[in-house]
Amino acid sequence: MKDRYELTVDYVRYLNDAGEPLDELPALSADADRLLDAYRNMVLARTLDQKIIALQRTGKCGTYPSVLGHEVIGTAIGQCMERHDVFVPYYRDQATQLLRGVPMVNMLLYWGGDERGSAGWELCPQDLPISVPIATQCCHAVGIASAMRIRDEKRAVVVTLGDGATSKGDFLESVNLAGAWHLPVVFVVANNQWAISTPRGLQTGSETIAQKAVSGGLPGHIVDGNDYFAVSEAVEHALERAHGGKGATVIEAVTYRLGDHTTADDATRYRSADELRSAWDKDGIKRLQSYLHRAGHWDADKEKELQAHCRDKVDKAVHVYLEKAPEPPVAMVDYLFETLPAALAGQRERLARKVEGVRS
Amino acid sequence: MNASAENAIRHGEGAPVAHKVTLVEAVNLALAREMANDDSVVVLGEDIATNGGVFRATVGLKERFGYKRVMDTPLAENLIAGTAVGMATQGLKPVAEFQFMGFIYAGCEQIISHAARMRNRTRGRLHCPLVYRAPFGGGIHAPEHHSESTEALFAHVPGLRVVIPSSPQRAYGLLLAAIRNPDPVIFLEPKRIYRAVTQTVMDNGEALPLDTCFTLREGDDITLISWGASIMETLQAADRLAEQGVSAEVIDVATISPLDRETLLCSVAKTGRAVIVHEACRNGGVGAEVAASIAEGAFLDLQAPVVRVTGYDTVMPYYRNEQHYLPQVDDIVAAVEQVIAL
Repeated sequence: MKDRYELTVDYVRYLNDAGEPLDELPALSADADRLLDAYRNMVLARTLDQKIIALQRTGKCGTYPSVLGHEVIGTAIGQCMERHDVFVPYYRDQATQLLRGVPMVNMLLYWGGDERGSAGWELCPQDLPISVPIATQCCHAVGIASAMRIRDEKRAVVVTLGDGATSKGDFLESVNLAGAWHLPVVFVVANNQWAISTPRGLQTGSETIAQKAVSGGLPGHIVDGNDYFAVSEAVEHALERAHGGKGATVIEAVTYRLGDHTTADDATRYRSADELRSAWDKDGIKRLQSYLHRAGHWDADKEKELQAHCRDKVDKAVHVYLEKAPEPPVAMVDYLFETLPAALAGQRERLARKVEGVRS
Repeated sequence: MNASAENAIRHGEGAPVAHKVTLVEAVNLALAREMANDDSVVVLGEDIATNGGVFRATVGLKERFGYKRVMDTPLAENLIAGTAVGMATQGLKPVAEFQFMGFIYAGCEQIISHAARMRNRTRGRLHCPLVYRAPFGGGIHAPEHHSESTEALFAHVPGLRVVIPSSPQRAYGLLLAAIRNPDPVIFLEPKRIYRAVTQTVMDNGEALPLDTCFTLREGDDITLISWGASIMETLQAADRLAEQGVSAEVIDVATISPLDRETLLCSVAKTGRAVIVHEACRNGGVGAEVAASIAEGAFLDLQAPVVRVTGYDTVMPYYRNEQHYLPQVDDIVAAVEQVIAL
């Protein structure tokens, strides 16, 4: 006797590259304010991004990973999450973080070499800081979801990662636990085709990334990551499941990393100009803008006004960032433990004296 | 587990009860006590709930506190370490067990890059009040990978506390302190002495101080410094030395990081000599940090060089030869005789 297990993964998109509906749009498309808020956030994220890159190029900010190509995914996540949910980001989630109330000044501080960037966060104080070690945040996400389960809370966790991160045990172990423990987590994989110089095809022999969900007993879905409607619907549905005690979901949002990996990278070394050009044709911001135009929600004047508004907001944040004095150097030991251990007191004193000596 | 300890676990904290317990039973008493005191304490690990842990350190906890707070995890150490980080950021106080220290390494990225740094990198917005427990050290004829003492790896990491009990009483008091501490603690349990002795432990919820050495025996001629299972041989060596007319002070470092240098330096200032004993290999071991601290802080008090009695700088041998690797009483006595003769 032979049993047969069928695995299915769906792929959803609603808009073509030109922003024209391919199908009947999900109900959220009727909410014009939501669409406009989404578009404004995407433009703000991109404006901030371009500014930070310029600051880095002129020596005013450290190495920085661009959000270019991830604005739609990030915005959809930010809009779908409840404030009391917990967001567990990696480092291309500026668009979500803006909606989670992380001040632009904090993002600038973080990439500008100042630990205070991940402090404060008044709107969503339980959100995790950016995780730099790849995929490690997945384990935190299931831990946070476990805490919610232990306390019988109707909250959920959204964790983001890139396509490269799905090769790591952290992701697979976390998907496995989320299935075994029925945890309220949504894994959103921003599949941007490149892990620094390693293309998606060399990352895994798996036909899709979404099907890795199946190994943990979770549903996996693929959406066009440049299609605001498709991403929003998928995240909304996954969060409904999580909030309703129905368990975790993996969403593979397919996009393209339109920038270099970071400002320290030069993607022309490993990918073609043609590939990049055709990826720009699929840009999700442009796509939503075209849709809004066609639906009568947007025009050239509004666009001009928005661009100016975003530039102004970013410039103000940059001004605050550039004016901000560094923390006193003793801060490097002051936050290590709740209370400074006696063993560190002498080192703190030496550091303080050294700094004082330099000043005087 | 003896009857009185089992009784305590079944019937709750109540009035302080004196128990004659082994070190591993003291661990169990402390876990039960703190889970009863504080709803935010949860335990997780492989085989810890239904089975009560392969060493029975968590026996009875699931029955008493329920599966939601006592969690059998899938077999993935990295996941255990990282899940605990996630829980801790939300205000739980997870106590995660690694079945053996030899399997903790898969969790090191989570321990080093996240648990140890969360408070610092969020400037206190989030922190990790968690404990990672692991049985460690040799001497129980265990298979490969089950006998190493690699505490120095963690002692080198800023943001971690590394705590090692050497008796049932200290296991109870230090584990309570570790769980209550608002920062991550690596709690290494010397499994060679898990059941070596019993001691009377008052289950009264009283913690012992962290970051503090314990002077187990006062003496004038030499300071013997050790931690974990080697404390047993060190105390035996001190007895032998007393018969020879040498008065040895014995210090249990207990928290190997951050190190209580003051107690060590005061003792060496008094005795003028020091021998450090540890099971771990010598190169880059915590003994080196202790010796350097003595050289920096008590050089002029020294009447002889500081000597270390340690494991060898090689892979932990399989058990047929492990006794030749582990520091023995004779090795300690010989080192002291050498130091006194100088």
